Amino acid sequence: MTALIFIIFAAIAVLCGINLVVQTHPIASALSLIGVMGSLAVLYLQLGGEFIAAAQVIVYAGAIMVLFIFVIMLLNAGAEAPTFQASRFVRYFGMILFFAFLVLISFIVLTMQSKSEGVIFGAFQGTTLDVGRKLFTAYLLPFEVTSVLILIALVGAIVLARKEV
Amino acid sequence: MPNPPVPLSWYLILSAILFALGVAGFIFRRNIITVFMSIELMLNAVNLSFITFSYQFKQVDGHILSFFVMVVAAAEAAVGLAIILTVFKNRSTLMIDEVNSMKY
Repeated sequence: MTALIFIIFAAIAVLCGINLVVQTHPIASALSLIGVMGSLAVLYLQLGGEFIAAAQVIVYAGAIMVLFIFVIMLLNAGAEAPTFQASRFVRYFGMILFFAFLVLISFIVLTMQSKSEGVIFGAFQGTTLDVGRKLFTAYLLPFEVTSVLILIALVGAIVLARKEV
Repeated sequence: MPNPPVPLSWYLILSAILFALGVAGFIFRRNIITVFMSIELMLNAVNLSFITFSYQFKQVDGHILSFFVMVVAAAEAAVGLAIILTVFKNRSTLMIDEVNSMKY
């Protein structure tokens, strides 16, 4: 069952990722990105990250993607015009580099994790209680710095998007 | 019903595939919004690696790191989209090939 769920949602994630890169219209890319995020949330849940799975759906698929789609609609962004024509050599060389990167990473992962145990659902539960306890003791200073970062981003976004810039 | 466990390395390979797709989109796409979405895809791929290692070592530190990645991604999206709005207001284009006045 675990393997079946992994295969289904990994396939959805990879297909949506390919669709994100291939589509020319930004709205189609945004919808594919939501598909990737949703299926990744299921995989997080499988790995015992219940808080992160919820945060993935709420923060990423909810807040950030709504922001993206809002900007796409505000700017009335249409399909991408084929202005850039890569030469055939560049295209094939890019494909070869892409697959070489994947093979290299897979080789490293399979070498280093050759005796890794299988994922059993429920074997490790990083509950919200554990995450919160660690977040507010060991990681208290980074958490507080994060709030300053959010404040700076808020002020910066307002200043940048003002009328009289 | 047989229940074969999934090796942890599969999750890491999925993460590598998504990261490589994000890099490809970042390089090949011309629309600035799609380029930005490719960056988000790369951040998601890295988050999957964090959660996988968190499972492997049975610690919640990876969850906290990916939480911080999410927060930084939210801040980055807000500022980046404001920059995109400003660029569009001043140049009325979204293609990164046409925003090249610093090249000359």
